[in-house]
Amino acid sequence: MNPILEVEHLSISFTQYQTGMRQRELQVVHDLSLTIEAGSIVAVVGSSGSGKSLLAHGILGILPYNAHMAGMIRYQGKPLDPQLAGHLRGTEIVLVPQGVAYLDPLMKIGAQIRKGKKDKTALTRCRNVLNRYGLGPETENLYPFELSGGMARRVLISTAAVESPKLIVADEPTPGLDAAAAKRILTHFRELADDGAGVLLITHDLELALSVADRVTVIYAGETIENAAVTDFNNGKIYHPYTKALWNALPQNGFVPISGTQPYPGEIVSGCLFAPRCPDRTKDCQEKNIPYSPVGAGYVRCLNAKKGGIV
Amino acid sequence: MILEGKQLGFSYRHKGSFPVLQDVTLSLRSGERVGLIAPSGRGKTTLCKLLAGYEQPDHGQVLLDGKPLSRHRGFCPVQMIWQHPELAIDPLLQLKRTLQEAGPVEESTLHALQINPAWLNRFPSELSGGELQRFCIARVFQPGLRFLLCDEITAMLDQITQAQIWDFLIAEAQKRDLGMLVVSHNHHLLQRLCTRIIDLSI
Repeated sequence: MNPILEVEHLSISFTQYQTGMRQRELQVVHDLSLTIEAGSIVAVVGSSGSGKSLLAHGILGILPYNAHMAGMIRYQGKPLDPQLAGHLRGTEIVLVPQGVAYLDPLMKIGAQIRKGKKDKTALTRCRNVLNRYGLGPETENLYPFELSGGMARRVLISTAAVESPKLIVADEPTPGLDAAAAKRILTHFRELADDGAGVLLITHDLELALSVADRVTVIYAGETIENAAVTDFNNGKIYHPYTKALWNALPQNGFVPISGTQPYPGEIVSGCLFAPRCPDRTKDCQEKNIPYSPVGAGYVRCLNAKKGGIV
Repeated sequence: MILEGKQLGFSYRHKGSFPVLQDVTLSLRSGERVGLIAPSGRGKTTLCKLLAGYEQPDHGQVLLDGKPLSRHRGFCPVQMIWQHPELAIDPLLQLKRTLQEAGPVEESTLHALQINPAWLNRFPSELSGGELQRFCIARVFQPGLRFLLCDEITAMLDQITQAQIWDFLIAEAQKRDLGMLVVSHNHHLLQRLCTRIIDLSI
């Protein structure tokens, strides 16, 4: 056991102005906990607005000025405060962003990967990393607009991998790619993990998460509600009703929708946030605070999962 | 009814060179749900744009019941739902006005798509992609709708929202006897939804 990153009871709120000078605190992320071991890929799955991108920004220390973070993030056992995050960001902790929009449109690819450095080692490392992802040296002289979608993603991974990072945060790295291209990109993440890095893969796509990750953490309305190994999904060892609903909504598993949407930040819901949509809710679910408790080798935030026990 | 694309050819710049589509022929009948699969950049979206009349083909023609679609006046019976709803909605209009763009929308449609009445007073930047996509879908359901072209319309959504939206579309397509073209990278999804699948790459 060698955790690269531990997140415990992370919460994030924003200060907003209402009318005039009146302010309010809008809590968006309530309670996120997860652990990433070296050499493993942990996927964070949730719908839009569940707070999964905020988690990434919180880890990197790039939340906007009006955001407040509470809870604990530890990197290799040390508290990851904004100073440390700023120091490690871009070298040991790297982000693979969503799309080509994150590249500087006026800077050639080579210079972006080298971060402007021109010395010999930087040049060789740049060549090597491009080569690793099947891009020739001519790519160095291209501008971002000259890349196809798939090439742009490989360049984005190159910018991250050139520094031999220990923790990679990938935010929706494959939307809009065809299956073959997505598979190739995901293989690159697997390689980085096999080299000893921890990978946090953020996605809305459960199918994608299951195809590449070792463990899956599901987020609903700003709370981690279940953590399970990928194999648990296939063996029916998932316990939270939302996780089950996600699984059953896959086209190959029945394609069954449940109704409703997740509650909005600021909407007041006591007890379990999923209770309004849950088929098995009880009176306790709507009143009590639901702990994120260990079940088997994972965690579940559901009263019924505990009551029902595991077989 | 039948929607046909005959020997369609199209290129974005330098008419004739760098063709996106070359000699593509397909037909879509009422009641059919046809899946369209191909790698990125093979012209799936372009084909939808031609069939819905957003672009005119360089070669070939688009026919609705044997007559050119471009001659149709009024609400176009062939409607396209786009991959990026945030780009298909006027950012300066409240959503209740976006919804009425093609005419009034039935209350039952809003209900079935789970559009929260509170969203109607908001602007597009205040809703998520999945919520906006529901509006894009609701506004095409006019009485004149006959063919629906769905260009990767749920790729950015979580599985439950995807299933919710397809559940609605399939029920509505059966009720109204619509012809549907479903573009997606997800083979499982197409197998679940479609009556036949066309692979544009072969």
